[in-house]
Amino acid sequence: MILNKISIAEIKERMVKYPRRKSVILPALTVAYRQVGHLSDQIYREISDIIEVPYIEVAEAASFYTMFPKEPVGKYLIQVCHNISCALLGADSLVGYLEEKLGIKKGETTPDNLFTLISVECLGSCASAPMMQINDKYYENLTREKVDRILEELRRQG
Amino acid sequence: MEKRILFKYIDDPNQIHIDTYIAHGGYKAWEKTLKTMQPAQVIDEVKKSGLRGRGGAGFPAGMKWNFVPKDSPKPRYLICNADESEPGTCKDRVLMEQDPHGVVEGMAIAAYAIGSHLAFCYVRGEFVKPAALMEQAVKEAYDKKMLGKNIFGTGYDLNMVVHTGGGAYICGEETALLNSLEGERGMSRIRPPFPAVEGLYACPTVVNNVETLAAVPHIINNGGEWYASMGTEKSKGTKIFSLSGHVKKPGNYEVEMGTPLSYLISELGGGPLDGHKIKAIIPGGSSTPFLLPSQIDAPLDYESIAAAGSMLGSGAVIVMDERTCMVWVIERLIHFYRHESCGKCTPCREGTGWLEQLISRIERGEGKPGDLEKIDSICDNILGRTICPLGDAAVMPIQSALKLFRDEFQYHIDHKKCLVKSEFEFK
Repeated sequence: MILNKISIAEIKERMVKYPRRKSVILPALTVAYRQVGHLSDQIYREISDIIEVPYIEVAEAASFYTMFPKEPVGKYLIQVCHNISCALLGADSLVGYLEEKLGIKKGETTPDNLFTLISVECLGSCASAPMMQINDKYYENLTREKVDRILEELRRQG
Repeated sequence: MEKRILFKYIDDPNQIHIDTYIAHGGYKAWEKTLKTMQPAQVIDEVKKSGLRGRGGAGFPAGMKWNFVPKDSPKPRYLICNADESEPGTCKDRVLMEQDPHGVVEGMAIAAYAIGSHLAFCYVRGEFVKPAALMEQAVKEAYDKKMLGKNIFGTGYDLNMVVHTGGGAYICGEETALLNSLEGERGMSRIRPPFPAVEGLYACPTVVNNVETLAAVPHIINNGGEWYASMGTEKSKGTKIFSLSGHVKKPGNYEVEMGTPLSYLISELGGGPLDGHKIKAIIPGGSSTPFLLPSQIDAPLDYESIAAAGSMLGSGAVIVMDERTCMVWVIERLIHFYRHESCGKCTPCREGTGWLEQLISRIERGEGKPGDLEKIDSICDNILGRTICPLGDAAVMPIQSALKLFRDEFQYHIDHKKCLVKSEFEFK
């Protein structure tokens, strides 16, 4: 089993809240993503068993939602918003700066598996641009100095 | 002037806690509704207020609630659409993060008005913090018996679930949201039947935006006439505008409907960045046509922005100064719409892909004579030919840019480069 007891309990807790089991697919995928960091075929099978919905329905839904990585990513998934409001305030140069600081290209993971860098569509933080999301957290009104501090802090935490 | 109704306590960090919310007059409207009003009276009050949907469509909220069949034996559902994803829009997030009980209370009153005993708040998946704060607010409301069984001893039961999505813009479209909430891929549905008749689990359902619902407790407390006394003849009340892009003070500002766009940009937003001039303004989120600086005095209400050739949409005002290449802007936007098209309707699925290819090659300096005419033709073949508005949303900014800035696109094709190169550096 990939999903741990806490995740399974969370998924089961969800099941009593919805009139139909299938509605629990997305919450279950979210729980799995938070535990593992990405989704996989094995996870779809486990969810299918827990919520008693056919495997194919879980896999089909998962394939649609781009927020969940389908391959392993670094411990810290850096997602830079590249949409219009952020782009007007330098999102592309922010991506370039991160590439330089991390020594990787967009779409790649550092050799120590600590950071993966991607750019994504609007994250709803337009009035505090440019911004990025690292795992669950938003970092806004970014400057070079702030980025340096954030990366340093995450490296220290390892 | 800012007119803070929904934002009244937005700067108080304790507003997220139920005790502070109650001390500020919170849940009074909910109690009044349950103890003294019939569902039809609630709907009448909201109709009287003139409140219109704040998600983008501007449909009258009271009328939407009234579409729910009174005699249906099926359960009814109230859904709060918190899938805020329209580029430029970041207002619902502020409401959920700073005043989540206001959203919960609005949802509760709306649920009662349509006879619903189960309400969902569908929050976009990336909004981890807003979703957590909504969860906490819902839990506090249960603990205080504002939700659950026999609320205020009236015999009325209401459960509320905070549901998170998976990062799909399309799920902000109400029928795609319903599919997503049912555990399906987030693809839109053909209407009719409308959600009010056959929505979630084929039962009567109302889907309202966060900001729309957050206005409801104020309407119940102060009356529909009070709300209707603000704003313009057809656009009542206040609206939160998300101001972003090339301005000194970007932010979310609540003003009366009908406030001039110039006031929002110059007074509240501090005007354009030093030494720069405004070139174009998107008034209602990335799906709405551009306005020119000559239109900056347009009043911010549904009718005036429509008369100016655009749409008020979600109230996301994006300002671009003279350093902005419009081909570059349009490439950014079509990339987004191509990525977010759910793939159900051929014109949108294929058309957004073709548009992205054409526009990207123009931006790269590889445009060919005839490309602009091809873009025109593809746009014409998407517009109005899809189930949901995503196809139209993809096309409208492109058509607008080609009308207002066609020379810039032609220059790109003729000279293989930008007229102005957008190279924005972050600090």
